[in-house]
Amino acid sequence: MNRPRLAANTVAVTAAAVTVFPIYWMVLSAVKPAGEIRSLQARPWTLAPTLEHFRRVLGAEDFGRYLLNSAVVALSVVALSAVVAFLAAFAVTRFRFRFRTSVLIMFLVAQMVPAEALTIPLFFLIRDLGAVVPGVGLNTLGSLVLVHLAFSLPFATWMMRGFVAAVPEAIEEAAMIDGASRTVILWRVLFPLVAPGLVATSVFSFITAWNDFIFARTFIISATHNQTLPAALLVFFKPDENDWGGIMAASTLMTVPVLVFFVAVQRRLVAGLGGAVKD
Amino acid sequence: MTTVTTAPAGPETPTRRAAPRTRRRDRLRPWLYLMPAAAVLLPLFGYPISMLGLLSVFDYRQAQVSGGEPTTFVGFGNYAAVLGDRRFWSVLTQTAVFAAALVAATLAVGAALAVVLSRAGRVPRLLLSLAAMAAWAAPAMTGSTVWMFLFDTDLGLVNQVLGIEGFNWFYDRWVAFGVIGATVVWHSFPFVMVTLYAGIQAVPASILEAAELDGASAWQSFWRVLVPVLRPLITIVVIQSIIWDFKVFTQIYVMTDGGGIAGQNSVLNVYAYQTAFGSSEYGLGSAIGVVMTLILLAVTLLYIRALYRRGESL
Repeated sequence: MNRPRLAANTVAVTAAAVTVFPIYWMVLSAVKPAGEIRSLQARPWTLAPTLEHFRRVLGAEDFGRYLLNSAVVALSVVALSAVVAFLAAFAVTRFRFRFRTSVLIMFLVAQMVPAEALTIPLFFLIRDLGAVVPGVGLNTLGSLVLVHLAFSLPFATWMMRGFVAAVPEAIEEAAMIDGASRTVILWRVLFPLVAPGLVATSVFSFITAWNDFIFARTFIISATHNQTLPAALLVFFKPDENDWGGIMAASTLMTVPVLVFFVAVQRRLVAGLGGAVKD
Repeated sequence: MTTVTTAPAGPETPTRRAAPRTRRRDRLRPWLYLMPAAAVLLPLFGYPISMLGLLSVFDYRQAQVSGGEPTTFVGFGNYAAVLGDRRFWSVLTQTAVFAAALVAATLAVGAALAVVLSRAGRVPRLLLSLAAMAAWAAPAMTGSTVWMFLFDTDLGLVNQVLGIEGFNWFYDRWVAFGVIGATVVWHSFPFVMVTLYAGIQAVPASILEAAELDGASAWQSFWRVLVPVLRPLITIVVIQSIIWDFKVFTQIYVMTDGGGIAGQNSVLNVYAYQTAFGSSEYGLGSAIGVVMTLILLAVTLLYIRALYRRGESL
């Protein structure tokens, strides 16, 4: 009777250990003294943890600046896409109108378009846009915000749709009977009710923007002070010998914020994904 | 399963009874709420897509971008060049093979662990969920760097444990694809696991108990009961995986430094990117991008059909 349970537990714990190991190894290598990293007998622990790699990364390589750039871009995208996706989700769940299904299908199709293919026209678009509107051209953080907003919006809307639909319309009707205006209902009644969903959705937008490599690599060409984390990480790869301590410290700095976000909202995330996939 | 809370469009919908003036306003209202999204998506999504198509029929290279040379219309010339290039076909083939292997591996690992998750005790389940969340959350960039370090020729843990110091995992094309594939699966199996686990939870326990009473083994009840019941969900997960695995970029670009030795590890989008930005053949790169987009659109249509077949109202 208890044998299958035991087997499942063993597999689950083993799988958990294997899955988490690369992350453990990253953090461990980030605090290992340089000598231990270069040793040919790597040990899965260290007795002399050090912050030397973090110090080097944050100091000499100006990584703090890139960290800040990434945060500014990601948080702007989160704020903007939350509001825009909420409004769009409201439109497609609470109204029946012509082309509603077409609009929904477009949101779905937009998620499938390969970002890498669009990099080419977007590069020229951003270049031309920069000539007209300063602040969103090549080499600016604004260009990254705009593009990530566009790429996170379809999925955010698709996911918010599930959360808005889950709120009973009766609540809004009751507010309307009480004399509340549409605007009040939207922002004072519905918005707080879908806030948990909004948080889950925001995590995805945050990750899209935070993890992006290709746009940062393509748009930020010469202005290194506007570099974001992923592209900046490449600095530590050297032709002769990679600075693994530095790479792992920088990778840790880049991973931790996302990890914290993700674990903090994991329950809602699963609920939201279930909603997005299932209904 | 959540049910969709849309009222059937019966004759008693309130708009019918409303006064004509408010009716018109109500008809415009949804578009008002969609406007911000449209303001972002039309210029930054719609326009680039049309531009991509346009660029792909022009001879557009460095000379035209910065040299001021006139751009010439070449019709389907770029497509003819791409489709006539043996390299394109070999890249397309290895993209398909690589993506298929990834989908199969992701699904096998994800489904197996979803079943394990549904049978494990509380603490092991929590541990596996958290570990999977961590892998899911890790940026593709840092996942790539860590796996690269693990498989490093001299200092990598894997070589030291296996006692094959000096073995370069990125030298042979398919060995390199194997390491990249492991990295991608590590990133993507959690989505499959979590989604299928949610699906399994929604399966009434009585069905599985009935199977058990009839003497079905765990293996049998998985294939004969769980898989048929979860088929619609599995279809969606498969198609979503195809779309993601067909587009793997960061891992390949970072781990093989832009496509590997002589571009041997290129998949379609790395190839398109390198053609455009590496060789400054923007027209040609766009043509490859269009081909790739069309392939993915075809898969997307299957996705939508799968959604519809589940009896969903969008």
